[in-house]
Amino acid sequence: MSIFAKFEDIRNTLSDLSRTGQNPLDVRFDEIKSPVEGIVGGKRVLLFGTSNYLGLTFDADCIEAGVQMLRQSGTGTTGSRIANGTYAGHSSLESQLAEFYGKRSAMVFSTGYQANLGLISALAGREDHLFIDADSHASIYDACRLSSAEIIRFRHNDADDLARRIARLKDKPGCRIIVTEGIYSMLGDTAPLREIAAVKRATGAYLIVDEAHSMGVLGARGRGLCEAAGVEADVDFVVGTFSKSLGAMGGFAVSDLEGFDLLRVAARPYMFTASLPPSIVATVSAALSRIQQDASLGTRVRANGNRLYRGLANAGFALGPQPNPVVAVKMPDRDIAVTFWKQLLGEGIYLNLALPPATPGSLALLRSSVNAMHTDEQIDCAIAAICRVGMRLGVISTARAKHPAKMAEQLALPAE
Amino acid sequence: MKCVRSGGKGKLAQLLDTIGAQIIQVLAGMVPSGAPITGETRIARDLGLDSVAIMDFVMELEERFDILIPLDQIADVETIRDLTKAIEVLVKDAA
Repeated sequence: MSIFAKFEDIRNTLSDLSRTGQNPLDVRFDEIKSPVEGIVGGKRVLLFGTSNYLGLTFDADCIEAGVQMLRQSGTGTTGSRIANGTYAGHSSLESQLAEFYGKRSAMVFSTGYQANLGLISALAGREDHLFIDADSHASIYDACRLSSAEIIRFRHNDADDLARRIARLKDKPGCRIIVTEGIYSMLGDTAPLREIAAVKRATGAYLIVDEAHSMGVLGARGRGLCEAAGVEADVDFVVGTFSKSLGAMGGFAVSDLEGFDLLRVAARPYMFTASLPPSIVATVSAALSRIQQDASLGTRVRANGNRLYRGLANAGFALGPQPNPVVAVKMPDRDIAVTFWKQLLGEGIYLNLALPPATPGSLALLRSSVNAMHTDEQIDCAIAAICRVGMRLGVISTARAKHPAKMAEQLALPAE
Repeated sequence: MKCVRSGGKGKLAQLLDTIGAQIIQVLAGMVPSGAPITGETRIARDLGLDSVAIMDFVMELEERFDILIPLDQIADVETIRDLTKAIEVLVKDAA
């Protein structure tokens, strides 16, 4: 028997998709023209599935900082943070992050995935108890597998359920560690952080918030949902990524807690991998400076999220529970989702196809994300294309989708 | 569990006797009707549940028995019988 026999179901699914020319994994970008436009198969497409929330991937200052550092320090560090891989840039970026969040200390990881993997697996020891939201990102689940703590899921965004589950531990020894996210990447909903912070206070638990999709997007200073919800003092650890709002690669964790820096010699995904190339560190630092200086980016991406969400909701699509820069369209089933996604690409709109088990509630989703650089016209163009395909496939009725863009404008909520 | 706390040994024994049946009852509501479920049924392979569906099923069992079922403890569970044994231990521990 082949060692790959266990993947037979996946093989069959991918073969079926490729045979009909509908395999999302076959998509290749020939060129990326800007944060909002790319070329696929020789055809220009609008990008509505990149999580590039602030559109900083082509920011001139970020590019210049990266190019200069590339020439100055070379292509890579060729070593881990605990060996030869800590340069002045890594340390200064950590200081900049700590200052940005108003926290005592920050650690930079090589990816956002590794930030969760390293922080959670190192913090949660043998007698400890991790309480994770049921819709947590795969990096959180994988972190749990790497830790030796007990893992308990609580119902998605349900603080009462979290409290009930923590209470079931009674007086069992060990730390209680709650893990939640700012904006959830699949449906674009936010965690009820005030309620969760109240549970944390009442139970003496620690609280980790992953702001991967909310850094730069939420909060007056772009510090994420913790800032927007007014609970920053209750949050013990904020985790994030450089690969979304900061337009590059890498991850981080910040904390006020004394002892946090011990994780540098305890978190294996921090210790046993090469550190970020200095040129990447330079672009991230420049992007973070841009966020610190320009609050309009956050305002713009929130307004764009509202516009797309309202336009699609008004057309009759079933969406995630609240408007945010992640807008998920719920599909009736997997086959329609795949066909819908493919036809949209034909219409010049690229977004993400998300299928179970990567989605909550076994939903088939068309997951789109806007960024601060999308114009109103581009968003209306996407709404119109999604409506055309939706009507063609019978997902929405013709009547409601007649003037979606116009109605989106009328119904658009203010950014705040 | 509520009955375990308030009712003493008799009720605990009664609960332990019905754990297998209750697991099958919860599971029956989550898989296509008509699929036969016995102690030997392999939860993932025979019922076609993906990893998230299995975790959701475990969450329902936590509610049913008012216990915590740590995900790391059910990693080796394959059949309904394995799961029944694991939950029996957890129910006794929580009593």
